[in-house]
Amino acid sequence: MMDALPTPADVQEALVSVEHLRVEFGAGEAMVVGVDDVSFSVGPGETLCVVGESGSGKSVTSLSLMRLVEFGGGRIATGSITFKRVAGDSLDIAKVDPEFMRSLRGAEIGMIFQEPMTSLNPVFTIERQLTDGLRAHLGLSAAAARTRALELMNNVRIPEPERRLKQYPHELSGGMRQRVVIAMAMACKPRLLIADEPTTALDVTIQAEILALIDRLKRDNGMAVLFITHDMAVVAQMADRVVVMHRGRIVEEGPVRQIFESPRADYTRMLLSAVPKLGEMRGKTAPEAMQGLSAQPRAQPASRAKKDDINDILLEVRNLTTRFPVKGGVFRRTVANVHAVEDVSFSIRVGETLALVGESGCGKSTTGRSILRLTEAHSGEVWLDGWEVLKLPPVDLRRARREMQMVFQDPFASLNPYRRLRDQVAEPLENFGLGSRSEIDERVATLFDRVELPRSFLKRFPHELSGGQRQRIAIARAIATHPKLVIADEAVSALDVSVQAQVLNLLMDLQADLGLSYLFISHDMAVVERISHKVGVMYLGRIVEFGPRAAVFEDPRHGYTKSLLSAVPIADPRKRRIHEAQGARTMASPIFPLNYQPAPSLYDEVSPGHLVLRPEAGSLWSG
Amino acid sequence: MKRLLTIKALIGFALVAMVLGVAIFAPIFIPEEAANRMHMTARLKSPSGLYWLGTDQLGRDLLFRVMRGARTSLSIAVSAVLISLLLGLPLGLIAGFYRGAIDNVLMRLVDTLLSFPVLLLALVISAMLGPSIPNAIIAIGVAFAPFLARVVRGEVLRVVQMPYVEAARAAGARDQRLIVRHILPNIMPPIIVQATISLAFAILAEAGLSFLGLGTQPPQSSWGLMIQASRDYLDVAPWTALVPGAAVALTVLGLNMSGDILRDIFDPRSK
Repeated sequence: MMDALPTPADVQEALVSVEHLRVEFGAGEAMVVGVDDVSFSVGPGETLCVVGESGSGKSVTSLSLMRLVEFGGGRIATGSITFKRVAGDSLDIAKVDPEFMRSLRGAEIGMIFQEPMTSLNPVFTIERQLTDGLRAHLGLSAAAARTRALELMNNVRIPEPERRLKQYPHELSGGMRQRVVIAMAMACKPRLLIADEPTTALDVTIQAEILALIDRLKRDNGMAVLFITHDMAVVAQMADRVVVMHRGRIVEEGPVRQIFESPRADYTRMLLSAVPKLGEMRGKTAPEAMQGLSAQPRAQPASRAKKDDINDILLEVRNLTTRFPVKGGVFRRTVANVHAVEDVSFSIRVGETLALVGESGCGKSTTGRSILRLTEAHSGEVWLDGWEVLKLPPVDLRRARREMQMVFQDPFASLNPYRRLRDQVAEPLENFGLGSRSEIDERVATLFDRVELPRSFLKRFPHELSGGQRQRIAIARAIATHPKLVIADEAVSALDVSVQAQVLNLLMDLQADLGLSYLFISHDMAVVERISHKVGVMYLGRIVEFGPRAAVFEDPRHGYTKSLLSAVPIADPRKRRIHEAQGARTMASPIFPLNYQPAPSLYDEVSPGHLVLRPEAGSLWSG
Repeated sequence: MKRLLTIKALIGFALVAMVLGVAIFAPIFIPEEAANRMHMTARLKSPSGLYWLGTDQLGRDLLFRVMRGARTSLSIAVSAVLISLLLGLPLGLIAGFYRGAIDNVLMRLVDTLLSFPVLLLALVISAMLGPSIPNAIIAIGVAFAPFLARVVRGEVLRVVQMPYVEAARAAGARDQRLIVRHILPNIMPPIIVQATISLAFAILAEAGLSFLGLGTQPPQSSWGLMIQASRDYLDVAPWTALVPGAAVALTVLGLNMSGDILRDIFDPRSK
């Protein structure tokens, strides 16, 4: 496949070629340049990945190709976008009439967006949304459009297409919706498909399926794909050629192997070194800091926790169960329960990181929240340093919370927009009355030093900070009271990779210095492999596999763990693993009737400390 | 960085300043006697050099009356909205924050109040308390409180589940601190907008009550009373309605325009 790699297409051959594109937003003093001097081309049947972090201009570029950038307040200032049409003639998309552009969109250029929730209209059936485009662009009759819609549904491998056509978007899972969106984009057999972060909102196993689907559709139809992503691993799996963007400009362009194996630009090198690669921790027992972010090699944090220290169990969770009622009927009675967390047990030692990993809805976040009692558990025990957390009266619960703090996923939402950063970090200190005002000021300032933020930020508001800086504030707040346990709920998921690597290193440094224990909740297997001592894999509310990091990653025993690990894209174009499974897997539901008695979680110990859920309790897994 | 002092803000502030200036100074410079003096020979005169804004059915100078009416109308509206805030804000905060039974009880009460037309509600309260301006203020304030309580509760429900509120809870914040430090500032923007809109309705509600003899008592003037009085002469002397109507419109316009700015001033993101 790599041999058939197209040479950088020259302008005559190229399906679309962008030259010196400059897009501006606003006017006068407030003018912002979205992208500047961007040139690249996409050949027929080629996948070009545009990769970059937030603010790199990758989405602006893709929206310009559809002339949708104008609807976002942008303006193509200079440059040309030459598109070769089916008929053979060429036109400059940057200059065509907006009305004419409408006939091109959807017909010759298809587009898929990031959010499968919002790119379908919730009030129309799938059939209506699919056939509308067909009838408008191809002038098909109602019956012919329906036949074609069915064909498309089959083409994107949606099970039971007849039934799905009658359904509304909310009745479909995220992966199904994205398949429908792809079917809509493919409806008129476009020659160019623009995919803007099409799998970012999806779980990793669903992502693998969607990537394989796009790859097959491209090969079957000889379609060119312009793939926009922030994820180097996805790039390695999908791209023929790669364009790396940074701050609105192209920093490097080349064939995928060249970009990954001999990157020329410093930025590309930094980006690649910041990506944790699944499997690179093979044979290592302790977490390891990310290298290559700065000029000097990084000293590995020496674990402060001594051998006898690490034997102390800090947190012990026994048979934790959390359920949410499902209300229904006229009287809003409880008609069923969501078994979000079902009979989960584990323990964390002092100075140790336990990672809970799984896909959305598996109960990993609820587990963390139940331990902190932000969500009340249904049953079970949580022992923190001799306290039975679930039974504590409110007064003692506050005291126990001093020992366990949380870092949330979204650094934009977890800081109060109306409070200065000093006050945000001082919050727990003030709540627990830890010192006078001047003592708190002093402590907050040292915390800023600790998380490597300048003290000049003390008086600022959250909106003045970048995502990574905000997450540092959230971490400073979490460690302010010298807690023993920090629960990090997808704490690095919303960050750009380079920032993610820095925050991961910060977390590891803090652990080494302060002897912290982490409950690290994440969906990202590669990140988990980096940071954890132990791993619990969750599926449908249960831990299906638990053990030392090396055991779980190098010798996965449960079917779900295996499928999860095989679905993770690897940031190495030589290790392509994108292949389409037969038929999309449907996720089992964690909703059970009120009188349902779940079986207890029983485990087999396959090696010391490596536990695998017995099939009788986890019979829900059908992999 | 957004500019706070836009043209819109300046116009808004200018309007509010003008109305406030009139409300404060008109009663000092225009004696009550001048505003109440009847010119029996000059009834329903259109605006002219002598009577700049015309006269009403009793030959009273509309300019004097509208200027003296500003203080009455504004003070009633502002006090009434403050009362509705005083009642609605804690109600909505408690209902939205604690949810459950207390929310159900409070919100059914609010729904019951909302199911009556505002004016009817104000009328009943006013009639029970007796006709006077302070009672009219209380009546309007109580009648408007359920609307604010609803808006406040909705906002609290939105904000209370924000991660920063959870983060503060996890950081050991007590309920009172959560409400005052974390929730209240974040729900203020829509509350400010709602309150400025309520001011306009309060001016009109006062008119309704006065018309029924339960608010401002003649011969004292208020904008609402003037609009009500003009009702019978709309075809022959439309200015009798237009003059107080324009005063209400300009005030509300000014309040709404500056209400947005007020909201932005509270928001650190716009600095």
